[in-house]
Amino acid sequence: MAKELLKGNVAAAEAACRAGMNFFAGYPITPSTEILEYLSHRLPELGRTFIQGENEIATINMVMGAAACGGRCLTASSGPGISLKASGYSYAAENCLPFVVINVQRWGCGLGSLLSGQSDYFRDVKGGGHGDFHHIVYAPTDIQELVDMTYNAFDIAEKYRCGVTILSEALLGQMMESVELPPFKEREVPLDWGIDGTGKVGLKLTPPPKRSGDYFARREPAYIEIEATLQQWDAVETADAEHVIVAFGLPSRVCRDAVKTLRAEGIKAGLIVPKTLCPYPFDAFKALPEGVKSFLSVETNHIGMMVEDVALASRKAKQFAPVYCMNYGPGIPRTTEVCAYVKNIIAGTVKERF
Amino acid sequence: MAEYIAPKSLLDPSKKQTFCPGCGHGIVVRLLHELIWELGYEDNNCFILGVGCSCHLCSMACGDYYMAPHGRASAAATGAKRIRPDMLTISYQGDGDAAVIGFSETMNAAYRNENITLVMINNTNFGMTGGQMSWTTMPGEVTATSINGRDCDKTGYPVHLPEMMANSFSHIAYAARGSVHDVKHINETKKYLKNALEAQIHQEGYSMVEVLCQCPTNWHMSPVKAQERIKNELIPEYPLGEFKKRGEAK
Amino acid sequence: MLKLAKVDPVRCKGCGLCEAACPKKAIHAGHELNAAGYHYMVVKEEDCIGCGICYISCPDYAISVTEGGRQNG
Repeated sequence: MAKELLKGNVAAAEAACRAGMNFFAGYPITPSTEILEYLSHRLPELGRTFIQGENEIATINMVMGAAACGGRCLTASSGPGISLKASGYSYAAENCLPFVVINVQRWGCGLGSLLSGQSDYFRDVKGGGHGDFHHIVYAPTDIQELVDMTYNAFDIAEKYRCGVTILSEALLGQMMESVELPPFKEREVPLDWGIDGTGKVGLKLTPPPKRSGDYFARREPAYIEIEATLQQWDAVETADAEHVIVAFGLPSRVCRDAVKTLRAEGIKAGLIVPKTLCPYPFDAFKALPEGVKSFLSVETNHIGMMVEDVALASRKAKQFAPVYCMNYGPGIPRTTEVCAYVKNIIAGTVKERF
Repeated sequence: MAEYIAPKSLLDPSKKQTFCPGCGHGIVVRLLHELIWELGYEDNNCFILGVGCSCHLCSMACGDYYMAPHGRASAAATGAKRIRPDMLTISYQGDGDAAVIGFSETMNAAYRNENITLVMINNTNFGMTGGQMSWTTMPGEVTATSINGRDCDKTGYPVHLPEMMANSFSHIAYAARGSVHDVKHINETKKYLKNALEAQIHQEGYSMVEVLCQCPTNWHMSPVKAQERIKNELIPEYPLGEFKKRGEAK
Repeated sequence: MLKLAKVDPVRCKGCGLCEAACPKKAIHAGHELNAAGYHYMVVKEEDCIGCGICYISCPDYAISVTEGGRQNG
């Protein structure tokens, strides 16, 4: 199939349409707004439902109502708007409602910066709302991945009856790359649950809702399978790496170049690129050689979030080297900056986080 | 003359009526079940429930039900109806749910003229949580958060939802207020509810009925006295009637 | 045949709305308690005219007003 030059947000929106998404509710918020704008004309073209809602709380609840009735649903927003959806996420988890959400992240908290960042890692990867649940979280590094992950997300959401977050970034949403769009498909596996007006099917929650009930029991089998089978990552020159960089999303592309540059200078750098953040690719760390000397989490946020999971993953793999964090932002670090940081680690002039 | 037997969807032994004794909710629930059967939608309907006393409908659904987060039932009903346009979709919420926390979602569903029906039970307080002030609490009314009586100059004056909708959104299909404080008004309210549901069935647009209901528990009155309160105190503030009739020009 | 009101003692919560509405004072709280602890309402057959007003006023669907069931025709 021919490639097209598409803006990230538009490509993601079209990929969702191709996956059979038939209900979108959203609200304008930079840098995700192109998803809303594109779908405002594309979905009616396809005879499907588009709603520009009054706010992000309303739109997540529209998605939930539609999902409960069998819709294949998408919403999209950015940091502050996603925060408004938190309660909805939790209710959707309680009711095992599948849906896909694209978070085109800003940098920082509050209004934040419209420049690119990865500031929502804690919130989106670890839960996103009250109570114990989490989404499956994908971290695309380029627009083709953004397309492929969004396209596959609906089947995955329905298989596990949970929310799937595509953790995009401002720059990824705004930039243009050539991508191959997948073919149109419909839902292949019909749902065996859902509100149909008869009262005879319903949400089929097992165990059924009860005030003091252990509702996590209905989530647990899915979570176990997700953890065991959905981990995804790329490993770059890790077979003999002494200094392992871990980065997701756009910064990982810079880190690939950094690994090349460092290797050319005789430094045995390697890179793990998590493609799923939840489940976190703990298995990627198991394959590392013995005696890794340092781990470096490169993240475009202020306080360092994924670094905690890097520390956990390394210890889980019986690697006890110090774990460092290069916080950057807003925007994307340069290759030279990443290389300099690794050299500072080697020189002992930066303090480890763990 | 016809016999008076509650619809079998309510008499199912698995259905528990868990409202307080004398609560007006139960009357409205029965009217809705009666109408759903009369209109032939017993196999194709869904209550979208708010949080609060309306949660009790989880055990009193006629077809399907869906419990939305507090205040958001009108948004959830929007999504549900767009996916299942033939399903009779009733957003069943209290005054706290629809007119306080959910004010935005409620007004916006009407604004967009969604083809759903809102039934808002107005008992002038947040009942489930112990009787706190809501935006329909009467001036001077003592509640858990207005222990000296509601000071409307500081907290706002009673919200009149059907009037607001009829005046602000003249394109909607139907807006009315009824009451269940005596049999005559119960019968009239049933007519309003029927109009609202028929407006939905005939795809005329958004319809809503506010129903004044007694709350004996939080009004600290017997059920009979609570009905008298509706008649003597509430109706002067909340007039009954149809504020937007079906077929009326926009 | 004149209809007769009948109260389901299990569902009734003894709220008294039917008693207030009844035009013939034919329904009132009985002495017995049901399992939930309510004095459920009882119908005085000879005063009941089967008008159905109690059914309409009941919030618990505890009342039915049907033909048959009268002891005295």
